[in-house]
Amino acid sequence: MEQTNFQLKKQDAQSHEWETQLHHATKATREDWIGRGISYFCIGIIILVVASMLWFITSKGIATFTQNHVSLWKFLSGTNWAPDQGQIGALPMIVGSFAVTFAAAIVATPFAVGTAIFMTEISPNKGRKFLQPVIELLVGIPSVVYGFIGLAVIVPFMRHLVGGSGFGIISATFVLFVMVLPTITSMTVDSLRAVPRFYKEASLALGATRWQTVSRVILRSATSGILTAVIFGMARAFGEALAVQMVIGNAAIMPKNLISPASTLTSQLTTGIGDTIDGTLPNNALWSLALILLLMSLFFNAIVRVIAKRGQLKHER
Amino acid sequence: MLKQYSFEETAVQTFDDKTSLAMKTENMQVFYGENHAMFDANLAFPKNQITALIGASGSGKSTYLRSLNRMNDGIATVTGKIWYHGVNINEPGVNIYEIRRHIGMVFQRPNPFAKSIRENIVYALRANGLKKKAELEERIEQSLKGAALWDEVKDNLDKSALSLSGGQQQRLCIARSIAMAPDVLLLDEPCSALDPISTVKVEETLLELQKKYTIIIVTHNMQQASRISSQCAFFHLGHIMEYAPTGTMFSNPQIPVTQDYIAGSFG
Repeated sequence: MEQTNFQLKKQDAQSHEWETQLHHATKATREDWIGRGISYFCIGIIILVVASMLWFITSKGIATFTQNHVSLWKFLSGTNWAPDQGQIGALPMIVGSFAVTFAAAIVATPFAVGTAIFMTEISPNKGRKFLQPVIELLVGIPSVVYGFIGLAVIVPFMRHLVGGSGFGIISATFVLFVMVLPTITSMTVDSLRAVPRFYKEASLALGATRWQTVSRVILRSATSGILTAVIFGMARAFGEALAVQMVIGNAAIMPKNLISPASTLTSQLTTGIGDTIDGTLPNNALWSLALILLLMSLFFNAIVRVIAKRGQLKHER
Repeated sequence: MLKQYSFEETAVQTFDDKTSLAMKTENMQVFYGENHAMFDANLAFPKNQITALIGASGSGKSTYLRSLNRMNDGIATVTGKIWYHGVNINEPGVNIYEIRRHIGMVFQRPNPFAKSIRENIVYALRANGLKKKAELEERIEQSLKGAALWDEVKDNLDKSALSLSGGQQQRLCIARSIAMAPDVLLLDEPCSALDPISTVKVEETLLELQKKYTIIIVTHNMQQASRISSQCAFFHLGHIMEYAPTGTMFSNPQIPVTQDYIAGSFG
């Protein structure tokens, strides 16, 4: 013990030098500080933007209920949408939104999964070379173009096929089908590619056929990824405004069938947003629609998280 | 720097007693695109024995093994003949699924499916059309017993296979293969990802299994080859250099390259 003390004393002068040198800020430590500062600043701004958007939409959206004293239940279950006359039943739009969303997802999913299987298992080379760029292109086409094509092609086609105006849920479904197909496909491709190669090998080595391997091993272990893809597709369909507005007919009435004009939350928003005065009931009612959209997208996000977590658990030991 | 050895100087025994052969390759070549990975492989595998394929990394032993049950289909081009029960199975018209049911394979890394232990075994049986519950249960028990895993898992058949230890997973993979009642079992370095105790268990299992199956095992580990195999083939840079009974190979290697490999000069 004593000896150590002695040695320490002897080195005191030297250790003082070390002391200063090791506490001294250098270029490296300053860079760390600056880098950290920048990223905290950015994240702070983003949090601020998101939080204020949530606050803004929520406070505006609930004004219908707090200021105009419309009951929440009436808003959600009423079928009569005439804000000028104080009638704000949002059910037709809610039903319209869910109808086009689910219909588009149901139609698109088999095509998307089939395409993804082709791209990953049946012909990976062609998939990568031709289909991948095609799908990326489909993602990049602006929605107004889809809507325009829907208006010019699908609506007249439906009119010809089943009569009526041609505007309606079915036309919106077809437009959305094309719009969500690339989303679902490309995410499904990612999740199929993420299936470990050794699952496939194990299955083939046991004498299982390619089809059995794909359907019972690969698709099975990619299930959570595929579900996530479908939900993302649905979120996109649910939130799509312009293209839907162009083909659905925009009649805020309860849809009786798939071929009569209807409307969705988004199409009603874009249709009505220009005609209302800030602070009045018609304006507040539109904010309430926006609030529903916001809550729904939070809900879709929550589902995706739950699925991802469950998928993870399955692959852990 | 690796010494240059002549590929002309080989010592491959033929084991040509036709009645007791399980499989045989004749002038088998493997190409990965332009890359010639396996040259003129002529090996015969006696029934109900363990044959070890040894050699350094990249010597082509795994490539050779994977060709035997056509797992190289779509990955590499395999030419030459692979005889199995008097049929050349390296022909276009052959049903590869049927082949793989008779020639099972276990991989280097334990690769059970992310399903229960039971489902791992039942998967291939179901895919093969076996549906009766009683029969499935019996196959499960038999194959797990065959792989010496039954006592450890019999109370937990519905537990996830991924909850097993590495050695247990590998024995589950063996069980999964023998549940299909193959007659040849190919193992591609089955112990390289396992600890020594698990390795011993797998080796004991293999020694027991050779009574019923012909086993061909690729191994990095020369001690393992000498412990369990009856004959041993030494691969070097895509050529089969020497093939002999294991005892002879290790005590009295015939050619310089084998001598150097066994002495530990490279590999």
